[in-house]
Amino acid sequence: MTRPDEVVHRRTLRWQDATVLAVHDETPTARTFRLRLPEPHPHLPGQYYVVRLTAPDGYSATRSYSVASAPESSGEIELTVEKLVDGEVSEFLHDVVAPGDELEVRGPIGGFFAWRGDRPALLVGGGSGVVPLMAMLRAARAAGDPDLVRLLVSVRSPADLYYRDEVSGPQTVVVHTRSAPAGDPRGAGRLTAADLAPLVRGGEDVFVCGSPAFCDAATERLIEAGVPTEVIRVERFGPSS
Amino acid sequence: MAVTRGFVGKRRDRDSRLPPGQYDARDEWPVLHAEATPRLDTARWTFTVEGLVEHETTWTWAEIHALPRDRYAGDIHCVTTWSKLDMTFDGVSVDTLLEAAGPLPSATHVVAVSHTGYTTNLPLADVTGGKAWVVWDAQGQPLTTEHGGPARLLVPHLYFWKSAKWVSGLRLLDHDEPGFWERNGYHDRGDPWREQRYQGDE
Repeated sequence: MTRPDEVVHRRTLRWQDATVLAVHDETPTARTFRLRLPEPHPHLPGQYYVVRLTAPDGYSATRSYSVASAPESSGEIELTVEKLVDGEVSEFLHDVVAPGDELEVRGPIGGFFAWRGDRPALLVGGGSGVVPLMAMLRAARAAGDPDLVRLLVSVRSPADLYYRDEVSGPQTVVVHTRSAPAGDPRGAGRLTAADLAPLVRGGEDVFVCGSPAFCDAATERLIEAGVPTEVIRVERFGPSS
Repeated sequence: MAVTRGFVGKRRDRDSRLPPGQYDARDEWPVLHAEATPRLDTARWTFTVEGLVEHETTWTWAEIHALPRDRYAGDIHCVTTWSKLDMTFDGVSVDTLLEAAGPLPSATHVVAVSHTGYTTNLPLADVTGGKAWVVWDAQGQPLTTEHGGPARLLVPHLYFWKSAKWVSGLRLLDHDEPGFWERNGYHDRGDPWREQRYQGDE
């Protein structure tokens, strides 16, 4: 499962106070926060940051959020946060945090579910699982090599699609499981191997991200579509509110 | 640490069994692993203790079940911030397995290896003295594949990535050798009470 080229430099990650520069909504339940880091570290698409909230009495809560943006020379990052019901951290980020606030963050973290930008990649995301994959698509486009990646996003309905204006393109397929837009010849239905097969080129790395149930189903469909198990990397978004 | 403007937090009545930064997952048991979930047949399953031991020893599924049973009853803590309280796991103590293999005096660390190729490193002292198990039942039921069945390592006093799913053996070493998550930025020891989540945490 591990390969020598995946070994990343083991360095100390410090907490730093990021400044919220801007917020905008992706969907009614997903919001993106643009942060400026005092000590920027270039991230790899797919990596994440930990956000720590601290109350006046010292009580703290931490959660991990994937970076949605491509690495930028500005040292700024974007995190997209899904608002979970009764989510202690995600509700606070959605309901309270505004531009000008400071947030304690730590990262970038994760060397396994990271794309180094040098090999073809097939990206398969369910719902909010598109976030780290969007960083990969954006990085490929920014590098002038958009064809290096193929992206399939599975969403329940058109309203659930993150990055709607940006995600579409010749490298991207959007699959709707509950309701499809009028005129979509595929219609609504669960992800099938036939959805994935046209995107499989052979020899690529495969990144799957979403809920555990989505990841397991997508992995099985990928294997049916001829993808070898050992090239599939999975990031399961748990109920980490 | 800096106070976050406007944050008071929701979970005020913290159970004292929760380490810092953890929440009680209650009925949820989140699943997290980086590889595709494998299918392992107990008819071909083995567990091996190797490396710096007097006798490299391998058990089949039937043989490991013939060893004296041991139970862990208590809490588990995942680095992704969930904890589960009052769990029970049944299996065999790692002490029993090491006793059969006979660790050499030079052994100081172990690498737990999985049938998927996953590895994680631990000081030998963290898997001896009644602190670690190879388990196949959780809450009285066979461990499901998504939770590492047919058998996983259980080292509940450390973050749960140390409790390797689909464990296939322990390799004893005379040095520390970072495993899968440890090479990817996670802490070499992973004590939840000291919040040793990432490399560089003290």
